[in-house]
Amino acid sequence: MSNKLTAKERLAIERVHMPELPADERSRNFEEVNLGLSGDQALEEAKRCLQCKHRPCVAGCPVGVSIPEFLDALASDDLPRSVQILRGDNALPAVCGRVCPQETQCEALCVRGMKGESVGIGYLERYVADWAMNHPDRLLVDQRAQKTGKTVAVVGCGPAGLTAAGELAQKGHAVTIFEALHDTGGVLRYGIPEFRLPKEIIDREVAHLIDLGVSIECNVIIGKTLTIDELREDFDAVFVANGAGLPTMLGIPGENLKGVYAANEFLTRVNLMEAGRKEDASTPIIKRSEVAVIGGGNTAMDCVRTARRLGAERAMIVYRRSEAEMPARVEEIKHAKEEGVEFVMLTAPLEILASEDGWVRALKCQKMELGPADASGRRRPQPIEGSEFELSAGVIINAVGTNANPLLTATAPELQLNKWGNIVANENGETSIPGVFAGGDIVRGGATVILAMGDGKKAAAAIDEYLKTK
Amino acid sequence: MFEVLSNEVLAENLHKMVVSAPRIAKARKAGQFVIVRLAQGEERIPLTIGDADAAAGTITLFIQAIGASTRRIVQTQPGGFIRDVAGPLGKETHITNWGRVACIGGGVGTAVLFPLVKALHEAGNQITTIIGGRSERYIILENELSPLSEEFLVTTEDGSRGFKGFVTGPLSELLADPEKAPKAVFAVGPVPMMKAVANLTREKGIETIVSLNPIMIDGTGMCGGCRVQIGNETKFACVDGPEFDAHLVDFDGLSDRLTSYRKEEATCLAAECKLGREEA
Repeated sequence: MSNKLTAKERLAIERVHMPELPADERSRNFEEVNLGLSGDQALEEAKRCLQCKHRPCVAGCPVGVSIPEFLDALASDDLPRSVQILRGDNALPAVCGRVCPQETQCEALCVRGMKGESVGIGYLERYVADWAMNHPDRLLVDQRAQKTGKTVAVVGCGPAGLTAAGELAQKGHAVTIFEALHDTGGVLRYGIPEFRLPKEIIDREVAHLIDLGVSIECNVIIGKTLTIDELREDFDAVFVANGAGLPTMLGIPGENLKGVYAANEFLTRVNLMEAGRKEDASTPIIKRSEVAVIGGGNTAMDCVRTARRLGAERAMIVYRRSEAEMPARVEEIKHAKEEGVEFVMLTAPLEILASEDGWVRALKCQKMELGPADASGRRRPQPIEGSEFELSAGVIINAVGTNANPLLTATAPELQLNKWGNIVANENGETSIPGVFAGGDIVRGGATVILAMGDGKKAAAAIDEYLKTK
Repeated sequence: MFEVLSNEVLAENLHKMVVSAPRIAKARKAGQFVIVRLAQGEERIPLTIGDADAAAGTITLFIQAIGASTRRIVQTQPGGFIRDVAGPLGKETHITNWGRVACIGGGVGTAVLFPLVKALHEAGNQITTIIGGRSERYIILENELSPLSEEFLVTTEDGSRGFKGFVTGPLSELLADPEKAPKAVFAVGPVPMMKAVANLTREKGIETIVSLNPIMIDGTGMCGGCRVQIGNETKFACVDGPEFDAHLVDFDGLSDRLTSYRKEEATCLAAECKLGREEA
């Protein structure tokens, strides 16, 4: 074992850099931008971990991955053991290693980050998870939990549902996931583009869960095909994780013109339906040389980088605050800039203007300036009088957020909702109906993949406890 | 996978398919639809559930094969499979006993109208059904609809069957007759037809319901592709509809949005024709 380094030796190692596809090449295809670490790079990076006894990084991880332990196994070149530790805590490590905002979670609390650069925990999680997928014959055989005879229905095959399903299956419960769309993964499939998360990764993570005994039924819409009450009759417990859903409208004139997309529609066409991405996809997508995306979150970044890959010469982000206030990950903003995306900051949309034949022609905007901080602590944008201007664009994408989808909750009147239509659930995911748990965006409103996964994990523990009482 | 049990040609490019889908058959109500995807790589297409048999576990779909994707769907023979059928989607029709109602169907819209006529009949309404088509060849479901209707009228644009002209002709006469005037009107068909019906009944203040057919992807409300302007509000036809108060619908906006992918559809069809020629 080669991991018996002194703290000084560990501190002397510099943080590794993730190899990437060159921007000019990748901005025209859908291949994954981050290429992953080599074995040597991963081993070296893992040795940078100081193996702190108080493990602050673990507290920063919403699913509580045993970070020092899996890194120690990796640094000792014991990959099968590293995989076992990682997968024991996280049902979707190859996804998390790619899409988690580690800089605000595990890596933000890494002791090494206080004076220098934190350990590349996300990169290493990805490395170990990918190694597991490529070396199925070398993995340690997990002791299968004894079957409990209890059944759980999971509503939604997104990050929260998949995580809960994995946890519950590992505890010996028979889990069935019901998914409304024709394929698995939820937002991982329809929302996050291939250049950040290849679809093959989702397929392989899902295949691993099916190996654990999870069943998945697609094309079943709970609230329509089956109701919550029917699930309660057929299963011992139910976990609702059907996501956020309905796009928030901009509420400006011209929003229904041809060429105006909500982010969900644009991304679903390209990611789930393969429009513009595969030659033989029969779902169409409108391509234009000038595309404006309204919003400053990760969804907006995904849309604008996708528009660029579909051939837009000018792919623009239109955001009413400045770059410093953007909620998108720093890495996504950096990648977008490298790929030639234009950032039109401190600009608010007023109206979408049409050409004579009903197509989008331009976005009428207004310049903003930052005033005093509002209740959220961010400086409030205020319009500058007389600063209206037109931004020429043939496609406009609204990426300002989503509201709760009432499809399921409308048919479950006894399920308590808050004023925004989100399901009310406590810290353990318990709802107002005994035996029905909920988590992810349907509880939180639009949030992140990893927070949804954290909800799935907590709810699974609570469901396991609940099933013991039944 | 959903097995196709029968596939019958009702009129040129119009197929009636019975598909095994037990959960949908059990849950569906009049006015609802399914989203169908034939195979991997194919698009998702909304189709109204024309009828259902909960005991047999089957649903009936009426499919107008005018685009590349629908043409491929109707090629599926009995014993073959459709990969994805999701539903029932949308709100069910509000059915009550109005007394007298008129049901207007245009072209393939007649198939969408059929489950409504059936439900209205079962609720005890006296129904005048008016169906129209370009010519005799496009008149469908006559044998199914006429026993459910107190009065049954057919119109054709070329006069090859029934009244010559549009469905609005007999409807105007009906509205003008104090003894027979309906309390409610249901209309399903091409956008210009629904718009014309709405204009006729608006003057008389007669409640009118139309079933809209915007472009859809998921059909569950998550994308907003099917949005329509209803009065001052933007609604999603897949979750708030597909049926709406005809007097509030922005038909011109709907009509315009339906042309969004005309160019891509044409390219798709052209490619298919070329493929057909090569095979021949």
